[in-house]
Amino acid sequence: MNTVSARYLRRRVVNWVNLSMSVLGTLFGLFWLVWLLWTLVDRGVRWLGPDLFTQSTPPPLAPGGFANAIVGSILITALGVIVGTPIGILAATWLAEFSRRSRLAAVIRFVNDILLSAPSIVIGVFIYGVVVARFGHFSGWAGGLALAIIMLPVVLRTTEDMLKLVPDQMREAAAALGAPRWRVTVMVVYRAALGGIITGVLLGVARISGETAPLLFTALNNQFWSTDMNRPIANLPVMIFQFAMSPYDNWQHLAWAAALLITLAILALSLFARLVIRSRSFVK
Amino acid sequence: MSPMHRDDTVPTHAVSPQMLAGAGRDPARATVIENPKLAIRRLDFYYGGFQALRAINMDIAERQVTAFIGPSGCGKSTLLRTLNRIYDLYPEQRASGEILLDGRNILDRDQDLNALRAKVGMVFQKPTPFPMSVHENIAFGVRLYERLSRTKMDDRVEWALRKAALWDEVKDKLRQGGTRLSGGQQQRLCIARAIAVKPEVLLLDEPASALDPISTLKIEELIAELKSDYTIVLVTHNMQQAARVSDYTAFMYLGNLVEYADTSTLFTNPAQKQTEDYITGRYG
Repeated sequence: MNTVSARYLRRRVVNWVNLSMSVLGTLFGLFWLVWLLWTLVDRGVRWLGPDLFTQSTPPPLAPGGFANAIVGSILITALGVIVGTPIGILAATWLAEFSRRSRLAAVIRFVNDILLSAPSIVIGVFIYGVVVARFGHFSGWAGGLALAIIMLPVVLRTTEDMLKLVPDQMREAAAALGAPRWRVTVMVVYRAALGGIITGVLLGVARISGETAPLLFTALNNQFWSTDMNRPIANLPVMIFQFAMSPYDNWQHLAWAAALLITLAILALSLFARLVIRSRSFVK
Repeated sequence: MSPMHRDDTVPTHAVSPQMLAGAGRDPARATVIENPKLAIRRLDFYYGGFQALRAINMDIAERQVTAFIGPSGCGKSTLLRTLNRIYDLYPEQRASGEILLDGRNILDRDQDLNALRAKVGMVFQKPTPFPMSVHENIAFGVRLYERLSRTKMDDRVEWALRKAALWDEVKDKLRQGGTRLSGGQQQRLCIARAIAVKPEVLLLDEPASALDPISTLKIEELIAELKSDYTIVLVTHNMQQAARVSDYTAFMYLGNLVEYADTSTLFTNPAQKQTEDYITGRYG
């Protein structure tokens, strides 16, 4: 009896210690996140105003906004998503559905993991060498391509993981009805993994919409309103970088406002996607 | 359990001399079936290097229920999975011999698998509703073969659901997700889905083993009902179930067909010692 209660006590202590440590770990992680958000709101919210969305980036010490950078960022990010997503999803489909155990698939998976962890500045330099140097000027196209390359491995990896989570029984059930392979993949497997695939794409969007280093080498920046993808184009991350490092008060304020805006935009996007997935999903 | 490895679990029972003695005789000869729907001849089956079925010979009667029984790993599911060639999804699995469906060898290299699976439907152990609505689940299979108008498709869906004894329970939930039904309802949805494409043969792989007793009873009643229209092949590890619902029963052990007879004979007067040992609960 004595030993039983001693063991029970020990178990309770161990349980308490582990639980406390995991709670502390969670709080530690959340602490930085909350601090970061608080700082952004605290420094940025007072500079938010309609001018930000209607005026282009001003010269030092003059009033203005960053409408050109918002539009430029949307254009470059959209190009990155449009190029990166289909390639990523198709490649993941091939890996997960059609060549799961082939040697080539293993090689591609490995290379993709390297690309996933490649420093983004390396990708910027690469596009600089391949696109910018060849055409002789910075451009929105080059920026979008750099972002596509950063996005691709994120989408590929999450999509493959999500497709692999779909049980084989589901594929067998569809095949047993006489559905050809492509139909099984498109109509059943994609649908079953839809939530996960969308999450992967959004992760990719979140990742690339804050990337600065690759854009420094590719899209550069533009002080003026421009939607011409053949020319250097303004974008939020590079604008934040330049304005935050400047000695001018108004530029610094715009940088804080832009940082807050970019964060809120990604937050809104994630929430929106979750709502869409929840309302459309038939799984659970 | 992954379907690829379903049958290569090593049986825990050593082979006794009596068991081997029974396997020497050709059991198919004991059971003569006029005009069989399916005729299996010298069928061997391999998972990579492992031989899971050994020279199976048997005839399966049209519009009757045939049950495969035997301990785990005996090859009963493997045998079932050859009848619609669902094993073809896995490149390392192969079968040799002949399986004649209405006199045509479906193991022929030029057999159209989708056409075969339109004729031979299958329901799996775990309910596998697709991630779409109840209505869509059934329409999915039908659309593979027929272009029906909206009202005709609705009629077909209702017909299949009535046939599967599910209509009254789901008629107000046709647009809801199939995965939100109960386990027993999901399994009947899968049966309805298989029936909706109007197959001639239905393969049921332990269709009730994941279900509660009441749902099991409903499935068994359904099998009895469907027998008048379809040739049904049922794998079950539940001997009482085989005795209750089947007209013919095959007892398998270690990849061999040990005994095959009409159900009452097999259960009341087995010819083989092994069969007797199994049905009296001495092993397995």
